[in-house]
Amino acid sequence: MTFSPNLEARFAKLVTSYPPGRERSAMVPMLLYAQDEIGAVTPELVAEVARRLNVTPLQVEEVLSYYSMLHRKPLGKAHVQICTNISCLLTGGEDLWHHACARLGIGHKEVTPDGQISLEEVECIGACSWAPAMQVNYDFFHKVTPERLDQILDGLRKTQ
Amino acid sequence: MLYNEPSPLEVKVLTRRFSLPHSETIDTYLATDGYKAFQKALGMKPEEIIEEVKVSNLRGRGGAGFPTGMKWSFVPRTSLKPKYIVVNADESEPGTCKDRVLIENDPHQLIEGMLIAALSVDAHAGYIYVRGEYRYLIEILDKAIAEAYDRGYLGKNLLGSNFSFDAYTHSGAGAYECGEESALLESLEGKRGIPRIRPPFPAVVGAFQCPTILNNVETYCAAPAIIRDGGAAFAALGIPKAGGTKLTCLTGHVNKPGVYELPLGFPVDKMINEVGGGIRNGKKLKAFIPGGSSCPVLTAEECEGLTMDYDAMAKRKTMLGSGGVVIMDEDTCMVKVALRIMRFYAHESCGWCIPCREGTAWLRKILTRFHDGMGRRDDIVLIGDLAKNMLGRTFCPLGDAAALPTISIVEKFREEFEAHLDEKPCPYEKASQLVMA
Repeated sequence: MTFSPNLEARFAKLVTSYPPGRERSAMVPMLLYAQDEIGAVTPELVAEVARRLNVTPLQVEEVLSYYSMLHRKPLGKAHVQICTNISCLLTGGEDLWHHACARLGIGHKEVTPDGQISLEEVECIGACSWAPAMQVNYDFFHKVTPERLDQILDGLRKTQ
Repeated sequence: MLYNEPSPLEVKVLTRRFSLPHSETIDTYLATDGYKAFQKALGMKPEEIIEEVKVSNLRGRGGAGFPTGMKWSFVPRTSLKPKYIVVNADESEPGTCKDRVLIENDPHQLIEGMLIAALSVDAHAGYIYVRGEYRYLIEILDKAIAEAYDRGYLGKNLLGSNFSFDAYTHSGAGAYECGEESALLESLEGKRGIPRIRPPFPAVVGAFQCPTILNNVETYCAAPAIIRDGGAAFAALGIPKAGGTKLTCLTGHVNKPGVYELPLGFPVDKMINEVGGGIRNGKKLKAFIPGGSSCPVLTAEECEGLTMDYDAMAKRKTMLGSGGVVIMDEDTCMVKVALRIMRFYAHESCGWCIPCREGTAWLRKILTRFHDGMGRRDDIVLIGDLAKNMLGRTFCPLGDAAALPTISIVEKFREEFEAHLDEKPCPYEKASQLVMA
């Protein structure tokens, strides 16, 4: 498999970041960065990461299944993650969640039919003092109201 | 970037650069005494550095509150194995968002803290384990690390000494359990984040099976101030046995939620009403979580005369924890709170220890049934029994973290559980929410 020069550079740095013989340490970041580029952790990617880190594909599979941000199927181009954990719950996170489901017509870990937007109810994302909070891919949005959520979702449609 | 207005009641030590322009750059850092503590530490013996940290009464800021100087002293400095510095930036404890602002606004303070820790145990490499969701912080850290290499604060023969140190960022990929020290080390080695049995502790057998200092971001960030101004000065900011300041995240039903740096021993009442501007909409306080959802919940009465410190919280049978304060007003349904907390732990249990894996899943099911009005009177006792049977029966503290708040809520708010019996709708739920649920 070939990756973009940026990702190759990142991989090259990662495998030398750990003590000699500990290249396997690069596995989780490698899978996540590669997923960002190709959209999902495909069987080909599993084989490629295994080859590069000198482990078996099964050893990659067992790691892959543990981490909630790693997934085998592609998400939407914009992955909308709404937190409903305690601090967000107290400040309207659940309302936002239901609002987003109704608005997009999809539920937890589902993707819109055009493949543009996916939705996930997530656990605490570390924005508790500025709750309710959400992320679109890696971007944070704080103190989100239903109106603001509409604007964010409309913006996603327009930019795609 | 600051996400909330600072409070005049704050004592700014770790956050003192936050309002400066370009506070994340090495130029701002160097212009404000940056890396001076490292320079000073280079001239100190390792035992002198550790002694200074002991004098500071700094206790671990990740949640356990273990004395930091003592932790550093457990590392076998003369071991022939390499020693490592690992930073826990896997901030995932619900209610906690302080490490994020520390890294975002002053990444060099963290790097300098790592350097000081490294000098105290003769370590030459350090890893910052950042939760995957905080991608932008990895970019900020990578930039800061590159700046530090450029200016000679990372790399070989630093400031003309024999001391060399390399720093790396390492991304997680979504797992609360990886904030637990031994699971974090497994994850750093490219494995599933399941906990290790202890002893041996990471100080002796840590990263890559070598001696390791593993602390929270905020703990390392305190080290430059301690070395620069002396451990005694840092200790004097707090109270006996708990030195310095603590970044406190006010969250929930409060007028001015935000991250504030407050001295240890700060009164809870003053924190809610003056720093936080009081409870929203003029409501009354019902319940209080001092430091993240793993802590037993306190009632409003239990908060009277309480101060934010490790021992005062222990006397109330709870914990100071990570600094994630959750404030709940009189309209909060405590059954729902117990359910939401348990849903989280059931989701995050790594499944390694059966009492935690099964206990959290069953408690989630029972609490769901209860909140839906299908609970049985016996369930109230069952919830408490199930939770108590998890305590102390797991490799890592996640089992306890799930059980303790549950036990506290059932014991202290039993009448709310009774109010949900006999197919009655949740008395606190708005009509609209019932329709949507």
